[in-house]
Amino acid sequence: MGRLFAVVVTLIALASTAFVVLHTWWLPPDISTHGSRIDRQLNETMIVVGVLFVAAQLGLAYFVWRFSARGAGGPIKTFPGGPKPMVVLATVLVGAEILVLTFVGSKVWAEVYQSPPAPGALQIEVQAEQFAFYFRYAGADKKFGAMHPELMNDATENFFGLDPANDTTARDDIVVGSLVIPANQPVVLQLHAKDVSHSFYVPELRIQQDFVPGMVIPLHFTATTPGKYELVCTQLCGLGHYNMRAFVEVKSPAEFDEWLKRQEPAL
Amino acid sequence: MTHSAATVQSPPQSFLRRHVFSVDHKVIGRQYLDLALVAVVTGMVLSWIMRFHLGWPDTPVPGLGKIAPTGAAGGVITPEYYLALMTMHGTIMVFFVLTTAPFAGFGNFFLPIHIGAEDMAFPRINMTSFWVTLVAFLVLMAAFFVGDGPPLSGWTAYAPLSAVGKDAGPGQGAGQTLWAVSIAIFCVAQLLGSLNFIATTLDLRTRGMSLARLPFATWAWFITSVIALIAFAVLLPACILLILDRVAGTSFFIPAGLVISDRLQEHAGGSPLLWQHLFWFFGHPEVYIAILPGFGIVSQILPVFARKPLLGPRVFVACLIAIAFLSYTVWGHHMFLSGMNPLSATLFSVPTLVITIPAAIITLLWIGTIYGSRLRLTAASLFALGFVSVFVSGGLSGFFLAQPATDIYLHGTYFVVAHFHFVMGVAAMFGIFAATYFWFPKMFGRMMNETLGKWHFWLTFIGVYCVFMPMHYLGLAGNVRRYSAFTDDYLQPLIPLHRFITIAALFTGAVQLIFFFNLVRSRLRGPAAPANPWEATTLEWSTSSPPPHDNFGGHPPVVTHGPDEFGAAGVRDYVMQAEPQ
Repeated sequence: MGRLFAVVVTLIALASTAFVVLHTWWLPPDISTHGSRIDRQLNETMIVVGVLFVAAQLGLAYFVWRFSARGAGGPIKTFPGGPKPMVVLATVLVGAEILVLTFVGSKVWAEVYQSPPAPGALQIEVQAEQFAFYFRYAGADKKFGAMHPELMNDATENFFGLDPANDTTARDDIVVGSLVIPANQPVVLQLHAKDVSHSFYVPELRIQQDFVPGMVIPLHFTATTPGKYELVCTQLCGLGHYNMRAFVEVKSPAEFDEWLKRQEPAL
Repeated sequence: MTHSAATVQSPPQSFLRRHVFSVDHKVIGRQYLDLALVAVVTGMVLSWIMRFHLGWPDTPVPGLGKIAPTGAAGGVITPEYYLALMTMHGTIMVFFVLTTAPFAGFGNFFLPIHIGAEDMAFPRINMTSFWVTLVAFLVLMAAFFVGDGPPLSGWTAYAPLSAVGKDAGPGQGAGQTLWAVSIAIFCVAQLLGSLNFIATTLDLRTRGMSLARLPFATWAWFITSVIALIAFAVLLPACILLILDRVAGTSFFIPAGLVISDRLQEHAGGSPLLWQHLFWFFGHPEVYIAILPGFGIVSQILPVFARKPLLGPRVFVACLIAIAFLSYTVWGHHMFLSGMNPLSATLFSVPTLVITIPAAIITLLWIGTIYGSRLRLTAASLFALGFVSVFVSGGLSGFFLAQPATDIYLHGTYFVVAHFHFVMGVAAMFGIFAATYFWFPKMFGRMMNETLGKWHFWLTFIGVYCVFMPMHYLGLAGNVRRYSAFTDDYLQPLIPLHRFITIAALFTGAVQLIFFFNLVRSRLRGPAAPANPWEATTLEWSTSSPPPHDNFGGHPPVVTHGPDEFGAAGVRDYVMQAEPQ
């Protein structure tokens, strides 16, 4: 029985690890400037955690194999050195891991969330609502019109609550349903939530951030590879949550400029 | 430390006072466990429907259309009904199973016996906490039957979705209010229960039962009570504020300028993040409320079947205390991407990683306890060993989520689902199973069938790994959670893996029938249990199976030994706690 337990635990540990080592299911290719560091952090964590996982499971399996077969014979033995080696092992091993991961990891985090966006980054306003994302570009005047909640209306397609009749800066604002950005140029998004919380998640961009009603949250990144990617909502927002998505289109700078010129003002 | 419950109670005569409105902690413990059993079956059936839908979104579930004509017309569930099932599954499992069974259920039955007491310190309050818990459960179940359906904002009920009412869509009407009322009532029951556990442990220990001689399960229940007392004391007002936002027009969690369904909301001044802070200040300690009793149960059971004292008993207790303390410093790791100050992410990350040190030490103590032992493998000890395995698996994946940098990618994906199901769901369930096989003879005076118990273990152990390990892979591939269907193109290639998980989940669920059959059959026909079938040492094994009404027949035991004195040379390899010197 003990041997069966050992074999089952060993097989589970090895099979679980194999799929990770083989990358059978793995992250999609990274298309951002910061993503490679997140991936490295994830890989390093995976190695450390993988070693601890296999060691703990195999240790458990071995001890159960070895000591379940003894029956009533022989006296019991205390673990050499008592609990002290266990305390030291766990504290040193896990402690060192924590220090390293925190030291390296907090830099990666700070780069994405605590550093200001590059000067001259492309400004885009994002409105999240049940169950769609809308994106606003400032237009020729490079100024965004003010947002008025009382004017927000899906029926009239005034997703940002613009008031072009009285607000000159709002007249040339461009509003689209896809996030179109130039490759290799820093972008800063200002995230607004119209109704409930939502989240901005693009796996390829290695970025995720909640939209919170009542807050405007900046998020900056630089995409590197032209293509069409999916942006999905990861914060439960109601019945259509599963279907709340948009596309991120990364274009070459020239194509992006041309695309922007073709856009008509929203209202 | 002497016994202060002065009167020796004789059992009440009427059926109602004996079996229904009983103040006997043993009856109340069983009532909690019965409630948890009803809850776990409900929660599991909901998860089957969800899993089936994820694997085969367009295939009708036979008969479901009749049970839920609006949510599943023709047997195929709607997106909102999926979220409602998910919300109810999470709420039922976390509150009414993982809190109720290992803590309130087994704790009620065994804590007083472990310390040599006749009952809890406040028997009437004890009875009240069970009945209040039952009311909370019924209020939650009522949400299934209200007009616009059960709530769908998840067990975390994030505001403003949970706070703004009907405008936010189906499930946000009466169902969500019932959810908040149910959880508020549940908090009251837990506060009463944990006060009772604390008072009982501190005041009713029999002669000689010093803290150093306290059995490990009772240590864990005691520390869990302290955590619960603080955690539920925060969730209760949070739920009251949420109810006020919903029914009284206040704006604790709702900011100004929200436009929902093209209607400008008449709220102003609240903060959605306030709800998240209050909820997770409860929510993370809740994880330890669910799992610490399991720690205690495993630490109690392993020495019995290893025939060897627990390695480092004082270290174990110190680690429990460290975990209890640290559990209040980590809640922000649920909120790295919530829009709170990103600097605080690092501050919450460090204690989150540090709390793995006491958890790792405890795991190594268990493995070190097996070293040099004469391990006996029974259904109880197999589930205790299985607990160690699944706890390691679930605990380690926490390393990815505790770091803000890697959480950026994995937050909101199935990786999180895999992590918390392993570490607080499956591990806690294994603790419950181990406790059931271990204590059933004492509770009911009959033995359970070991062969069925072992089959139950093997199939469940392999099954849960097949269900939850692949969810890590889904998360790594970027599969977001809480989706009722995967319309996104990049998720299509993951459907076969979802189907595998669904089949494994249905299989593992079906295996639980072995457990239920064993429970019912053993209860009716199991062979009579001796007083101490496992050759264990703690006080419950010194009294008859089942124990008499006042636990020790009017003779409170005098404790002279530690809780796990195994390995003695001689005819018997163990010394009972109440054995004369």
